[in-house]
Amino acid sequence: MEHISLEKETKSPDIAFSKASSLRGVVSSGNLEVLIEIKELGGKCRFEIDTAADGFGKTWKAVIDDFMERRKPGNLLVSINDYAASPDVVGLRLDQAYEDLKGGE
Amino acid sequence: MKLKIGKSYYEATARQRIACILDNGTFKEILPPQEKKISPHLEMFNIPVAFDDGVVVGEGQIDGKPVSILAQEGKFMGGAFGEVHSAKITGLLKRSLRTKPAAVVCLWDSGGVRLQEANAGEIGVTEIIRSIFDLRAVNIPVIGVVGGSCGCFGGAGIISACCDVLLCSEEARIGVSGPEVIETTMGVDAFDSRDKALVWRTTGGKNRYLFGFVKTLVENTPDAFRAEIIKEMKEPCGLALEQIEQKHAALKKRLEDFSGLGDALEIWAKMGFEKPEEIPGMSEKELAEEFKRVSGGIIC
Repeated sequence: MEHISLEKETKSPDIAFSKASSLRGVVSSGNLEVLIEIKELGGKCRFEIDTAADGFGKTWKAVIDDFMERRKPGNLLVSINDYAASPDVVGLRLDQAYEDLKGGE
Repeated sequence: MKLKIGKSYYEATARQRIACILDNGTFKEILPPQEKKISPHLEMFNIPVAFDDGVVVGEGQIDGKPVSILAQEGKFMGGAFGEVHSAKITGLLKRSLRTKPAAVVCLWDSGGVRLQEANAGEIGVTEIIRSIFDLRAVNIPVIGVVGGSCGCFGGAGIISACCDVLLCSEEARIGVSGPEVIETTMGVDAFDSRDKALVWRTTGGKNRYLFGFVKTLVENTPDAFRAEIIKEMKEPCGLALEQIEQKHAALKKRLEDFSGLGDALEIWAKMGFEKPEEIPGMSEKELAEEFKRVSGGIIC
């Protein structure tokens, strides 16, 4: 198990959400759960990741950077329990939880 | 978070199952994932935790009536009973003694006790069984549903037998020792766990239904399970002495009728089915009609 903490910031972030939190995904092999909660972080987003696959810090950073670039959110605490999901599954779950938070589903 | 693509109860997550079975928007979760009541044991084993410890518990409405509901997530640790997981279920059941809902609906999906926290899990299973009987003693119906990928094995298999009624799909499997466990201890000649047809006709929903262990065989969709739960809430089964005696008589007769027989096919033939080999291919409705014709149905 490895714990990864990341903090990200985008210019003029989107902080309008229709829910306080959202959970997507299940902790099973090749899958993960993503819990996004609104939190006053001065416009930043914080990612707290627990992953069963050690040594993929760079990949996590790339996936999170991609998510931040696409969605440009702010004031979010994102907690992740990962059971060795592939980067595309991680991106998908982040998007699902985010869409739900925006009231899309 | 309702199901959009497909309509399979088997494929749905615990949260999707609850959303589909309750009346729209009535679910109030107790100890939701935001509270992060995680397993205190799994970290020691280098295993990822889940924020809800693999079980969703709470209250809502079915057909306008208040219910307590729980759903195990079979995809996390095989839906197994850990310390927090069991405590959440026991807590809900004990709370129901006080809130007196129209029914307690239990969506079981579990391989049994979580090996990494086995002592706590075993105690949890006994506490759950005790709580179920406490509810039944005051006539609060406990409705069990089995239709997930883990079915109900080990402690979960025993718990499933303690409910007032059990509803399951053909896909559900129910037992105490799982196929691999039997093969490991008794040998491949006794039970070949790789023979899926054998596994399903022994532990699968249809055989459990024909044995009277399961009250109704339900189509594998959340809507079908919801409809059947509503039906059960209207005519609760009860736990009268007369019913228990009936059940004991049926169990004794089963032992006399079927002892010495091996495969389920032989048992089905003895039950009176002319073409037992056709049972696995029958729909739920066809089997119910055929069963009624040959045996007059089952005892509740």
